Amino acid sequence: MQFPILSVIVFTPMAAAMLILLIKSERKNEIRVTALAAASLALLLSLWVYFSYDKAAAGYQFVEKYNWMPMLGISLHLGVDGMSAPLVLLTGVVMFTGSLHFGVDGMSAPLVLLTGVVMFTGVLISWGLDDRPREFFAFLFILASGVFGVFASLDLFMLFFFYEIAVFPMYLLISIWGWIKTREYAAMKLTLYLFIGSVVSLIGALVMYWQSGLHTFDMLALEQAAFSPGFQKLWFPFVFFGFAVLGGIFPFHNWSPDGHVAAPTAVSMFHAGVLMKLGAFAALRVGIMLLPEGAKSWSWLIMGLALVNIVYGAFIAMVQTDFKYVIGFSSVSHMGLVMMGFSTLTRVGLTGAGVQMFSHGVMTALFFAAVGMVYDRAHTRDIPRLGGMVKPMPLVAVAFIIGGLVSMGMPGFSGFVAEFPIFMGIWQVRPLVAIIAAISIIVTAAYIMLVIRRVFFGSMPAEFEGHIGPVAVQDKVALVFLCVIMIGLGLFPSLMVPWVQTGVQHLLSLLGGA
Amino acid sequence: MTAFVPSNILAILPEILLLSLGVLVLVLDPFWKEENRRLNLGWLTAGGLLVVLAVSLALARPSAPVLVFGGMLRYDLLGFAFKMLFIFGAAITALFMMDVEQVGRRAEAYLLLLVAALGMSLMASAADLVMLYLAIETTSIPLYILAGFLTGDERSTESGFKYLLFGALTSAVMLYGFSLLYGFSGETSLYALAASFPTFSLLALGTIFLVLVGLSFKVSLFPFHFWAPDVYEGAPTPVAGFLSTASKAAGFAVILRLFTVVFPSLSANWSLILAVLATLTMTVGNLIALAQKNIKRLLAYSSIAHAGYAMIGVVAFSQLGAASTVFYLIAYILTNLAAFGIVTAFGHVAGSDDVKAYYGLSRRAPTLALMMMVAFLSLAGMPPFGGFVAKVFVFAAAIEQGWVWLAVVGVLNSIIGLYYYMTVLKYVYLYRMEGEEEEKHPIPLSRPYAIALTVLTIGIIAVGVIFAPWFGIATGAAMNLF
Repeated sequence: MQFPILSVIVFTPMAAAMLILLIKSERKNEIRVTALAAASLALLLSLWVYFSYDKAAAGYQFVEKYNWMPMLGISLHLGVDGMSAPLVLLTGVVMFTGSLHFGVDGMSAPLVLLTGVVMFTGVLISWGLDDRPREFFAFLFILASGVFGVFASLDLFMLFFFYEIAVFPMYLLISIWGWIKTREYAAMKLTLYLFIGSVVSLIGALVMYWQSGLHTFDMLALEQAAFSPGFQKLWFPFVFFGFAVLGGIFPFHNWSPDGHVAAPTAVSMFHAGVLMKLGAFAALRVGIMLLPEGAKSWSWLIMGLALVNIVYGAFIAMVQTDFKYVIGFSSVSHMGLVMMGFSTLTRVGLTGAGVQMFSHGVMTALFFAAVGMVYDRAHTRDIPRLGGMVKPMPLVAVAFIIGGLVSMGMPGFSGFVAEFPIFMGIWQVRPLVAIIAAISIIVTAAYIMLVIRRVFFGSMPAEFEGHIGPVAVQDKVALVFLCVIMIGLGLFPSLMVPWVQTGVQHLLSLLGGA
Repeated sequence: MTAFVPSNILAILPEILLLSLGVLVLVLDPFWKEENRRLNLGWLTAGGLLVVLAVSLALARPSAPVLVFGGMLRYDLLGFAFKMLFIFGAAITALFMMDVEQVGRRAEAYLLLLVAALGMSLMASAADLVMLYLAIETTSIPLYILAGFLTGDERSTESGFKYLLFGALTSAVMLYGFSLLYGFSGETSLYALAASFPTFSLLALGTIFLVLVGLSFKVSLFPFHFWAPDVYEGAPTPVAGFLSTASKAAGFAVILRLFTVVFPSLSANWSLILAVLATLTMTVGNLIALAQKNIKRLLAYSSIAHAGYAMIGVVAFSQLGAASTVFYLIAYILTNLAAFGIVTAFGHVAGSDDVKAYYGLSRRAPTLALMMMVAFLSLAGMPPFGGFVAKVFVFAAAIEQGWVWLAVVGVLNSIIGLYYYMTVLKYVYLYRMEGEEEEKHPIPLSRPYAIALTVLTIGIIAVGVIFAPWFGIATGAAMNLF
């Protein structure tokens, strides 16, 4: 049997969380070192998975399957009852107990890597956190376990299981360590939105379970279930939009900017960088892959809503005066592009969406890290009151500008590799939509440049003179690491595109295309 | 129906042991000094119940279902599984009772607890109307007394009296229903009655309504739910916990058996009735819980709502449905006992059951706060705790049988539930005590609480993560019905 690398990745953060909880809360440095060690391990393992994924073979790899002790159910029952007749009845029920079934394909491998990256940089960024770091890292790592679990799960039941595990720690992280003014409100709103979304999808998943007649939550089997078109059309919206809530789709995007703003820096990075991908990914994996006919007949709606996301999000970002809200709404806008890529259901569009999930994750993590660094020193995020930050923290300014270039989709950066195919995909399907969506590129450029000018350049207000200290080494490491990824991916698209393409190939075969 | 066989004793082994334990408690009590009583009585009862549990599990596991004692009882896994649950619940409750003023030192309290558990055990396996009624009363009467046990306390007296009055009324209506069942069929055995109701008849439906009154009261189903908050609020907290868990589960054991065995031909009718009642129960319980300021009342309304969720499995009228209800009750008993235990432990030190009193608990007692989070999240239905899997199973059972709307109602309700459970957790984790150092107001846990709460917390996680064996037991129990 091969080394169970995916289970190790999924459970490393969980084990680290337990370990951290065992350390005395006063020993803050030991806690941080443990956290960093665990995050580095997760990053290395996810790098290893990513680069040893065999693109030629494609399909699901590193597959592991453990039956979640269904045999125990049967044997226990036999021991108790001693009759064999009810066994026939039993088979239908025992299957229900689900199984731990992991595997990655070309779509999820980059996302596993992304989670590793964000987890690693998130720990670096939160190095200076002083209020109860033990609990902070423990909750953050439980969340990370949930995220890894969703990306790697091939069992629908376990996907939900991990999905919920990823959602709840968010509440605590935001409400305890968040921005005091809105944290309570934002945390509650976020949790309720996401819970509503997930339970609506859960109903859809249970209906699929019974309708398929296969008595399994195994998604590989459900992919082949061939649900009737009518069924697919009826249930697709439930499943897809339930998950898309977490992906920030309009009109259910409302929780996300509030949540981003209220969350502490590392949590914002996780939230926008990884958690929103979780929603998009689950919508793809469960919605589009299991109900392809439904996806075809509802793609117009997804496209319409995503268009609103893209354009409206960009305009709203433009008028914000709070630095963090600008980034929050830019996330809404960029996640719209991911959804838009899904809705094209074409090879280029889906490939672009897959890359965009990764690229946006890295970019937005960088943005939030930079915002957090500015806020920690200036103690305000009000854009008109900021200025001249380039002098005391040049590296942050450079990193933010690189992030901005990615955000605008400049060639040579990962944003271009992601967004160009998406627009190409839309153009193939609906040229008019592509034209409207393209407005967002201009608006994005406008607000990014405005923010850069107002925050980092110009004259520094007198109140900040001499109060803005330099950034710490670990912050610099995190920023440089994120920048290198974005530039590397921009210059060498072949580091990611072939992976995504194998995933898209599988998707298209489910959709009945080539 | 066979004559008495010595091996039939095994069928009532748990009951025999429970009764012996009760007698032992009563006999030993006068020999103990006043100051030793609390510890001796509590540990004797809890330890004795554990022994009962272990001995029953070792010796009295049923094989093929069989009617024993002239058809009075059915010796099957359904009854057995519930008995083990009740005994476990009683053991935990005994631990919780030890530190309660005026309760922990008195042997009668423990005796009444044991008798109530005995009655519940009989309820779970009763296969005859007469036996069933006797068992229900054997359960109820000790519980009436326990609810009003704090004689000096007006609210407790009110609680006991209210419980008695409503209980007597509904039980009389149910008895009337039983007499009609007998009148139409000339039979009292549940397993013989079914033959008398082969098809739909209005009379049968009316009888179902009458019987349902008494059982709705037991499980606090709408519209017979309104006693619960008042009774829980006034009763000693561990007793309230016992009422909301074991007593409710006993009601469900009877409902499962009665409806599936006696009225399978009318399943389409009663399923719909129960579906409507479950909807109303969940919705009313959750909506009113939103407005509660007292934690015991909040838990009371939440436990009403949970009766609604558990009922979804009964509505499904299938093997999976019954199994999911049993599984739900296993998870729910663990969770709600933990919740009431925490409230007892907290109230004992802080002297208040106000939700607001929980300010800063996470700093006053981090472990207790963590346990509270586990219990409340499990109630809300979050993984990796028992409540999540339990909810998924009942919803799955409903959808399997085409009750999609009922599952949707359940799902919407669990969102409301999440909101108020989180509101409580907000007090625990976010707010601080005003102008005080929380660390100077710790909530020390005495040993019985520490043991009981640890067991329950581990149990909640165990049911939520390693759910297959529990589900295997629940399925085995359900197969005895279909």
